[in-house]
Amino acid sequence: MTGPHDCGGRRGEGAVRTEKNEPVFHHPWERRVFALTLAMGFHGRWNLDMSRHARERMPGYRAASYYAIWLHGLETLLEERGVLAQAGELRALSAAEATAVIAAGASARAVADRAAAFTAGDAVRVRHVDTAGHTRAPRYLHGRRGVVARGHGVFVFPDSNAHGRGPDPQHLYSVRFSAGELWGGEDGGRDFVYADLFENHLGAETKNDG
Amino acid sequence: MSRHHQPESGMAARVRALEESLTAKGLVDPAALDALVELYEHKIGPRNGARVVARAWCDPRFRARLREDAGAACAAEFNFGGRQGEDLALLENTPQVHNMVVCTLCSCYPWPLLGLPPVWYKSAPYRARAVREPRAVLAEFGLTLAPRVEVRVWDSTAELRYLVLPMRPPESAGLDEESLARWVTRDSMIGVGLPRAPAPSSP
Repeated sequence: MTGPHDCGGRRGEGAVRTEKNEPVFHHPWERRVFALTLAMGFHGRWNLDMSRHARERMPGYRAASYYAIWLHGLETLLEERGVLAQAGELRALSAAEATAVIAAGASARAVADRAAAFTAGDAVRVRHVDTAGHTRAPRYLHGRRGVVARGHGVFVFPDSNAHGRGPDPQHLYSVRFSAGELWGGEDGGRDFVYADLFENHLGAETKNDG
Repeated sequence: MSRHHQPESGMAARVRALEESLTAKGLVDPAALDALVELYEHKIGPRNGARVVARAWCDPRFRARLREDAGAACAAEFNFGGRQGEDLALLENTPQVHNMVVCTLCSCYPWPLLGLPPVWYKSAPYRARAVREPRAVLAEFGLTLAPRVEVRVWDSTAELRYLVLPMRPPESAGLDEESLARWVTRDSMIGVGLPRAPAPSSP
């Protein structure tokens, strides 16, 4: 969804404000929101893509602080995924188990029995992924032409996974866009943006299937 | 006042109530929450990434492994792996190419190597502007690149995380790996800064 979280290229933002000797967390409650979000995620009743989608749907996203958005996301998932009603079936992980899960990680790499549609050097155009749902194709790339820089292999497709429609594993590509293609001459220069886009986000440039 | 603009005391109370409720239902163990906070507040941070960069500067074979599969190389060599670093790619700066990393859609960041991202990385100004006017953003960080240098901005739109390998400063010649790691700043591994000599340590 092209919501307020999808801010690549948006004008009207001010200077980037940095903080010297910034702490990892600014308030004690931020620590707990962070940890609660990870710990509740361990139950497997939602996935990372659902989590991102719950955050980006937050009313008032633009004015909210980062961990206020995370808290909203967690509360939304608890409600939507019916976790509290299932509490009896779930067991909290211990400290040792939780840190082991973090150390193990969980790759989004997947297996798909399909050949890659594109290869390095192919010209592609990003589709207009105008959906009310979740997508990892940012708005500033919609309709833009790029060149496949490399294939990353097959990954879980977040646009499907975020809605519980299954992982729909597909090829993921690093696509190179010139600043001139994205922004026109004004900010163009000789610079490039690379984004990771899924096969469903892309069309062959010559087909003009937008 | 809407619940999204609560003062900090309101947020603290809301979070405490949630934690108590989830604990009472047996869904979280407060000791596990403490351990997760401890991990990301004190154990995992940009010192990890700095060690990786310093070794890449000193050891061409390690650098080659990073190029091949940075995630596997960092996990095998340093045990820096896990959540939000499962699939990792190396971006090597050269005299011709400068790389910088952003996540325009949320806050994707290589946690095992850099820890949790700073507020500015997650902020709308950085996310909005890094892709449109990277040189203006870099200038705000005090980094002005020659026009002949190509800037590559990497938008972390999928589950690939990126680590910038900055160029080794010529002034650091002769230093060993451990000393070099102190030259590597967090910002240089995001691509918004350069490595620099560490401030002299106070006695």
